[in-house]
Amino acid sequence: MKGQDFVRRLPDSGHHFKSATSIWRLIHLDPLLLLALLFISAYGLVVLYSASGHSQFMVKRQLIFFALGYIAMLAAAQINLMFIERFSFWFYLLGVVLLVLVLVIGVGAKGAQRWLSLGFIRFQPSEIVKLAVPITIAAFFSARILPPRFIHVLIALGLILLPAALIVKQPDLGTAILVTACGLIGLFLAGLPWRYIIGTVIVIAAAIWPMWHFVMHDYQKRRVLTLLDPEVDKLGAGWNIIQSKTAIGSGGWEGKGWMKGTQSQLDFLPESHTDFIIAVLAEEFGMIGVLVLMAGYFFLISRGLWIAATAQSTFSRILAGSISLTFMVYVFVNIGMVSGLLPIVGVPLPLVSLGGTSLISLLFGFGLLMAIATERKRVTV
Amino acid sequence: MPFSDIDNDHRHLKDIKSEARLVCSRITVGFAVVALLFAVLMFRFYNLQIVNYQDYITRAESNRIQVQPVPPNRGLIFDRNGVLLAENRPSYTLSIVKERTPNLEQTLKVLAELVDVGEDDLSNFYKGLKQRRRPYESVPLRYHLTENEIAHIAVNEYALEGVEVEAQLVRYYPHGELFAHTIGYVGRINERELSSFDDLTYQRYSGTHTIGKIGVEKYYESELLGEVGSQHVEVNAHGRVLRTLERIDPSPGKDLHLYLDIELQKAAAEALEGQRGAVVAIEVATGGVLALVSTPSFDPNLFVTGISYQNYKELNESPDLPLLNRTIQGQYPPGSVLKPMFGVGGLETGVVTPQWRIRDPGFYRLENSDRRYRDWKKYGHGNQVDLHQAIVESCDTYFYDLSVRMGVDRMHPLGAAFGLGERTGVDIPSERAGIWPSRIWKKAVRGMSWFPGDSLNMSIGQGDVLATPMQLGVLAAGLAARGVMHEPRVVEFVGEEKTLTPPRITFKAREENWDYVTAAMEAVVHSPRGTAKISGKDANFRMAGKTGTAQVIGIAQDAVYDRDKIHERNRDHALYIAFAPVEKPQVAIAVVVENGEHGSSTASPVARKVFDIWFTREAERQAEREQEALLGLSP
Repeated sequence: MKGQDFVRRLPDSGHHFKSATSIWRLIHLDPLLLLALLFISAYGLVVLYSASGHSQFMVKRQLIFFALGYIAMLAAAQINLMFIERFSFWFYLLGVVLLVLVLVIGVGAKGAQRWLSLGFIRFQPSEIVKLAVPITIAAFFSARILPPRFIHVLIALGLILLPAALIVKQPDLGTAILVTACGLIGLFLAGLPWRYIIGTVIVIAAAIWPMWHFVMHDYQKRRVLTLLDPEVDKLGAGWNIIQSKTAIGSGGWEGKGWMKGTQSQLDFLPESHTDFIIAVLAEEFGMIGVLVLMAGYFFLISRGLWIAATAQSTFSRILAGSISLTFMVYVFVNIGMVSGLLPIVGVPLPLVSLGGTSLISLLFGFGLLMAIATERKRVTV
Repeated sequence: MPFSDIDNDHRHLKDIKSEARLVCSRITVGFAVVALLFAVLMFRFYNLQIVNYQDYITRAESNRIQVQPVPPNRGLIFDRNGVLLAENRPSYTLSIVKERTPNLEQTLKVLAELVDVGEDDLSNFYKGLKQRRRPYESVPLRYHLTENEIAHIAVNEYALEGVEVEAQLVRYYPHGELFAHTIGYVGRINERELSSFDDLTYQRYSGTHTIGKIGVEKYYESELLGEVGSQHVEVNAHGRVLRTLERIDPSPGKDLHLYLDIELQKAAAEALEGQRGAVVAIEVATGGVLALVSTPSFDPNLFVTGISYQNYKELNESPDLPLLNRTIQGQYPPGSVLKPMFGVGGLETGVVTPQWRIRDPGFYRLENSDRRYRDWKKYGHGNQVDLHQAIVESCDTYFYDLSVRMGVDRMHPLGAAFGLGERTGVDIPSERAGIWPSRIWKKAVRGMSWFPGDSLNMSIGQGDVLATPMQLGVLAAGLAARGVMHEPRVVEFVGEEKTLTPPRITFKAREENWDYVTAAMEAVVHSPRGTAKISGKDANFRMAGKTGTAQVIGIAQDAVYDRDKIHERNRDHALYIAFAPVEKPQVAIAVVVENGEHGSSTASPVARKVFDIWFTREAERQAEREQEALLGLSP
């Protein structure tokens, strides 16, 4: 690469930088990405301690998952991307089989069947699929001429919608939307022609009516309706959103102070340590606190997109772009729903909400990003 | 591998550089979208946290801060010696906040297994739910929880969202029936009372669930209630109070000190036991009511927390009318107890003189009429009946004669001056006025003009005449005080303030006339021919009294009253008024015994028992005063 050549020509000024870079390259980590991840994780733990009602147990639990997650990230960063690209379909197949298994022998809570139990540990196969789908899409298109032909777009859509449909069946609308989103992002990055995109938007707009009447569950409809006018059902469906908006709004510019948010500490805010944790942050640290978190996220995503743009292969570019933009979808859907912009669909705030296996798969994804960042120039045949 | 191999043939066709450009351009678009979405989120938070900050901070504050009323303690009620007659006892009440209960039916079902919830509790609870109330105001379901029940509820608290156990002060009447009619009782505020409240009153009763229903409790409701306080409390989403932020203490209601003397009350109630009747004892000097008994009575404690339907039905449908306060609501023909009043009136107007005597053949016949107005004594009281004898032996014929010569136009003002036909104004609500007829009254009510016979009936307290025992008590006190009338008062002190009963002199008579009538009344009790001599036996104090017998059913012209043939409920009422001691009257008493037949045998002994207790206690008080004086002299 030209840049490297340039560096080699200035050994005096570049020596230090070069050696530092090589250490990071050696352990396959991207320092800026890691810094952003660690910053958000630490910030999230501070908020979680307050949001969980000063529960050291929850913070410890989160710390354990962070530890496992960062180990998973380290491991993922070491993986040879060629290997991933080659075995992507089997990875995908495994995910789909597990999803089917969940529907057959899965265990559940609150009327949804989402977990597979391996005796000592329980995990959600949908977490595997969240990674398998972008990898598969990236691999699929990297083997094709871009921009993709119509038939390839259809195949890709099939690859996306099959697991998404299985997840809807659990039912877990939030995750299904995220899986679909990350697949579609891959499709978009692969150069899906604009005319398809615009055409689809028109079709979806036309399909809203039949969707509403024949597909959506009542509880989903209610969520949408209360989003449009939460005041209608103050003590029922609208309660969550009214309370979270109140928490956010009452935080003002500076916030009420750590562990001093009345909405969160007095239990007015529902799910304060999971999906609604941003409201706790907004209430206690104010808009300043929110901006700091958003800056962290923005930096993280930007860095991810930079890695995507400078990646070595089409596969890597599409995968890195998918991972970064999917992360953005998490962030936007969660913050959007808590602040009343989007319907409540049950998406945690990445790296901040109390999470289990989702935290591990998320960090595993960032591990892949790091693998891409530190990838050597590929030898193409 | 499936994806890569199929298209291997085309791999040479891939233009790597243009593909990289394509993907990179899409990544750039993605970055633009990311930036846009962050801008949207920031705008959203700016809108919520900066633009609408005031709205949301207000909402958050009203979320967490509730203003709760703090009910004042109801004033206590004491008798004249400081004996507690109405108190507030702590009691644990189970109540439900409907707004916090996810499933009311389910909660009630669970509760029914833990504590004893009766039909009446449930129906009262539902009634309470339907009434106007503040949101999140709890509605009581069960009062007086036992320790055991509290423990059961505490253990199952997780399944009982919205259920509260509150320590409340509940009114309690330690002497039960004894003061039920006088003190009355408090009960739950009902819909009618609630709708009569103006906003200010509604405010005063926030936090208070009960209100005085009858008796002193009702009359002095406003003073007993006190002023409600308030507290700002911080609550969590489940409504649990975490701490009090600010508190304005309620000011307790004023205590009442009554003129009533519990010992006199007991004596009167015991004397009347098993009979239907009333006793009113009044302190002559003040008009203070010393004893006020109406039998049969009932337990006022039943009403405090809501009486059960069964119990209420029993009380309400009893033929003995235990809920009727006979002292102020029972109206009886006063009979001969009016005779001393006519006596002093007759002397004062000159219609009769001490020397005036009549012949009594056992009946009186008006001029130009065949109708005989009979004396109670078949063959009369003799040929030389004077006023003294007429009072002592209760000679009807004498007063028939007196009434004819006095005429209704002078009889009516005389009775009115002693309070007949008008509410006495005693401080107990729902008093009745009785009837003291006049020409105008008869024209208005009966549509007829006044006949001389009406005056005859009036003179012996029969015919249309009706009076309450309270009115007769006031009459007795008026005779004792020689025309000085007081509005009777049950309550002496409201808080520190003395209730005012300014005396009025509505009837003036010369002292010698008072002396004459008082002497006659004394002879009623203490002379061998007196109709109440039975009550004067072995008394170490002198009483003045007058018996009366009131017909319940009319007896035909020549028929004879035969007690064995008359149903018990149709027998005559026995009445008696008295005061003592004669020299300087302290206490005046009126007694009515329904179907007691003769004032002499059934009513006057009741009065005697009350007098006995009074003078025994008076002697004790005197001894105490002397002792105190002695101690004061020799420190």
